[in-house]
Amino acid sequence: MYTLKNLTKQYPGKGRKVTALNDVTLDIPNGQMVAIQGPTGGGKSTLLQMLGALDRPTSGTIELDKSSLDKLGDKKLGGLRGKEIGFVFQGFNLIPTLTAQENVETALVPLGVPAAERKERAVKALESVGLGDRGDHRPAELSGGQQQRVAIARAIVKEPEVLLADEPTGNLDEETRDEIMDVLEGLWRERGLTLVIVTHDSAVARRAQRRLHIKQGKVREVS
Amino acid sequence: MFGTYLRRELLGRRRQTIIIAIGMALAIALVIIVNSVAAGVKNAQAEVLQSVYGVGTDITVTQPVSAPTTTGGDAAGGQGGQRFAFGGNDGTKSGTSRKVDSSRLSVGFGTNTLADSALAKVEATSGVTGASAVLSLTNTSFSGTLPDFSQGQQGGRDAQGGKSTQSGGTGGSSFSVNSFSVMGITPGGKAVGPIASTALAKGRTLTSSDKGDKVAVLDASYAKSKSLSVGGTLNIGGKDFTIVGTVKPTGSDSATASNVYIPLDVAQTLSSEANKVTTIYVSANSASDVDGLKASLQKTLPKATVSTQADLASSVSGSLGSASQLVSNLGTWLSVIVLAAAFLIAILFTISGVTRRTREFGTLKAIGWSNGRIVGQVAGESVVQGVIGGVVGVVVGLAGVFIVNVVSPTLTGGVSSGGIGGALADGARRAFGGGAGGGSAAPTGGTGGGFGGAGATGGTGFGGAARSAASSATTQVDLSAPITVWIIVIAVGLAIVGGLLAGAIGGWRASRLRPAEALRSVQ
Repeated sequence: MYTLKNLTKQYPGKGRKVTALNDVTLDIPNGQMVAIQGPTGGGKSTLLQMLGALDRPTSGTIELDKSSLDKLGDKKLGGLRGKEIGFVFQGFNLIPTLTAQENVETALVPLGVPAAERKERAVKALESVGLGDRGDHRPAELSGGQQQRVAIARAIVKEPEVLLADEPTGNLDEETRDEIMDVLEGLWRERGLTLVIVTHDSAVARRAQRRLHIKQGKVREVS
Repeated sequence: MFGTYLRRELLGRRRQTIIIAIGMALAIALVIIVNSVAAGVKNAQAEVLQSVYGVGTDITVTQPVSAPTTTGGDAAGGQGGQRFAFGGNDGTKSGTSRKVDSSRLSVGFGTNTLADSALAKVEATSGVTGASAVLSLTNTSFSGTLPDFSQGQQGGRDAQGGKSTQSGGTGGSSFSVNSFSVMGITPGGKAVGPIASTALAKGRTLTSSDKGDKVAVLDASYAKSKSLSVGGTLNIGGKDFTIVGTVKPTGSDSATASNVYIPLDVAQTLSSEANKVTTIYVSANSASDVDGLKASLQKTLPKATVSTQADLASSVSGSLGSASQLVSNLGTWLSVIVLAAAFLIAILFTISGVTRRTREFGTLKAIGWSNGRIVGQVAGESVVQGVIGGVVGVVVGLAGVFIVNVVSPTLTGGVSSGGIGGALADGARRAFGGGAGGGSAAPTGGTGGGFGGAGATGGTGFGGAARSAASSATTQVDLSAPITVWIIVIAVGLAIVGGLLAGAIGGWRASRLRPAEALRSVQ
């Protein structure tokens, strides 16, 4: 469960500081599917980075199951990300020189999973996103939708508690968007993940249990 | 994963891998070739030096030449200049002229002697394995026909008495001057020095029982050129010596260090250089402590010049000397510059690769990869690129060295100072000294006009002698570039260091990427 209290994040700008998150207080219970919407520059991605332990707040606190993400050192944050949090990015962020299966395996490297088991789990993860037969393809040989599926497989292969998706369908056509959302929703239901999706797309947001709107660093619930 | 990722990266980014590897390969190949050729040139120098100073000689001790102290009319004859003075009744009378034949054995111009007691001091010095002393001499013989001096003097007396005779005016002379090098060695002495690089060709070598005897061993090529053979005799310093053997050089040289070798004591007596030697050859206990031994010897013999092989190597002249300078200056700097350029290329490409892969590393950090793992990955890629370059460089370098060895350029080397080199320059100077000496002899005999010509003839004869001596002391060496395991190990080591350096810098840049910034910067 995420617990955010008076969370503020500021970036140094030209002459004055830019406030990306302004005194955000928020709880996200385990197993919830949350959509975060809002205009560009409103603080969506910054909030996701805070949730993903990729960055620290300027002030306030953020906890994930009693782990204080604002206080942990880089190494411990890295360990937490490696174990508990899966990421899906808008641009897929696959390593171009590795095959689909090897890309999925990279998520198991920080956990010290032996090579054989790594391979086995990667194959299963690819199968779970419908790409069991594409394991030896490089990203450039796959469509956008397929690449995003590989990215999802990479995010879930370590069986995380939390899956964070930053505009996961932003680069995809409508049909593929729906396919990807089906995959994400299916995994969320099947595995009981906490799924947080940042999106511009209301069709995507409507599929979430809970919708948040963020504008000028302030978060409000959308009923 | 490390290996798979590394392999995929190197294969997936072939162009970068190839460029870094080529840069590294060129540098490594150049390092190997320059090192190998440098070793070859060093060997060649050692070979040239060995032909002059002998195998196993680490240090030579000589006496520096002091400034000339002669004065007046004698200055032209100088310290070592030959001066033949013939009295009116010298030689044998033949009509209006006299046949003269004189032979003299002396220390060469530009060479100084030191007391042979120095040898004992050298041998007593700690770190000396063996030492031998030699007396390098030049035998100069003058033979030919001169006008009958006694008639000239008679004419003078007649003139005083009011008579006038023209016989003195005939003045024509004809003579030849020959010179060859003679080395006094200790018969049966230590195998250090020039004699150590000779092998017996015919007859026998000098043994300890030859002390005091007029026996000589000749350089085989000199003996052949003068049609001398074992059992025959050779006039040295006016005495007939029995030729007991001939020796040939052990290396690829055309001749040994001296034309003739005789027992040291005989050489000292004949040249009036009692208890004197020109050079002491020393072999050191340990090759690594030659410099230390040099310092000890210098302390023991403060007035002497103590030279190591390294000091002597710098005196090697000719194309070998040029090659040595080329390799040590241009070759070394070229290697350093190309190596630095290769390192720089590897570093810049690695940094540019890290910058290009910002999103990749940001993603890996986001999914939990530690800094250490990412640095290791970047460094591993660079090191492997370096090693590939190193291996290719070793192959190219070995091919280059092979080509050098196939072409095997012939280098000519001589020693420009000291030893035989000194004798050479000395021979040339003596040509001048001889001529001048002849000139100064003219008033003595009272046959001015005739002797002027004679002086010129003498000069010509000596010049020839100097030239022939010069050709015999120049050594031709075929350059052979040796390859040692160490050169290869060092070359590959350099490639790894280059890769590590590039990897460390690239990895450091990658480790400084903060995942949020890395992801934000590309989205």
